[in-house]
Amino acid sequence: MSRYRVAVHVAPRRGLLDPQGKAVADALHSLGFGGVADVHVGRYLVLDVDARDETEARAETGRMCAQLLANPVTEDFEIASVSRP
Amino acid sequence: MTFGIVTFPGSNGDYDALRAPIEALGEHAIYLWHKDHDLQNVDVVILPGGFSYGDYLRAGAIARFSPIMREVVAHAERGGPVVAFCNGFQIACEAGLLPGALLRNASLKFVCAPISLRVERTDTLFTSGYEQGQIITLPIAHGDGRYSADDATLERLEGDGQIVFRYAPDPLQAAEAYNPNGSMRDIAGIVNAQGNVLGMMPHPERAVDPLLGPADGVALFESILNHVAV
Repeated sequence: MSRYRVAVHVAPRRGLLDPQGKAVADALHSLGFGGVADVHVGRYLVLDVDARDETEARAETGRMCAQLLANPVTEDFEIASVSRP
Repeated sequence: MTFGIVTFPGSNGDYDALRAPIEALGEHAIYLWHKDHDLQNVDVVILPGGFSYGDYLRAGAIARFSPIMREVVAHAERGGPVVAFCNGFQIACEAGLLPGALLRNASLKFVCAPISLRVERTDTLFTSGYEQGQIITLPIAHGDGRYSADDATLERLEGDGQIVFRYAPDPLQAAEAYNPNGSMRDIAGIVNAQGNVLGMMPHPERAVDPLLGPADGVALFESILNHVAV
């Protein structure tokens, strides 16, 4: 067993109304960042996972996302990185 | 008839849910602790409003892992009635008892106000005491009430008559902005396909005493009393 640090992005599904993202985009526009076309606000989770190898750490984290960390109805997840802490 | 009200850490509507059947119907109601494994033979389970587990991760996401929820799901699968108000609705969706999800209000504001609803179905065990199309007033108090589901699910809900309450214009007031949270298709409350689980964001349990405002919640509890065999 080795310990892996797995980083996960969870974000609202594209196409669903994201009022939080829109509020941030509006605020950026009012600051003068006119180049911002769209903003989505999600979560960034960092998990330390004990697993046999990186593949297992990824697979296990994927199952965690599907069952709890992301809501499959409204959110998408992506494993952003796997590293050794 | 005995109602069982689940108290999660962070529930704040459990006392209202306990008092409503007692005050409105003269029936029995008891608390069910989230760590218990026993529904104590209650006839109807109520998942009350509040902020269970601090709404950590997502509203209702953690509460569904409470030990009592296993029993609540089994009760629902046996056809037992479950009524889920507000945070209870969020929990019921997370637990898979009802389809869809409740997201942050489109306004990003917590909304605490009386609102108008249209009763879409009176052939459920929760709503037979209302008239078809009746406009009722119930309070809402939530920040995450925007009902969302994919198109296939919405079409199924419409086609199978599972949409029980919709936000509706108050005939006595201006019609604009009657949907308080941006819910898809103005959905305020739904039942599952079997018709024994009701989830809704408004609070009928906070509208049972005429002294405190409209008592349009009474008919919901009377409907349950009239339809659930004890």
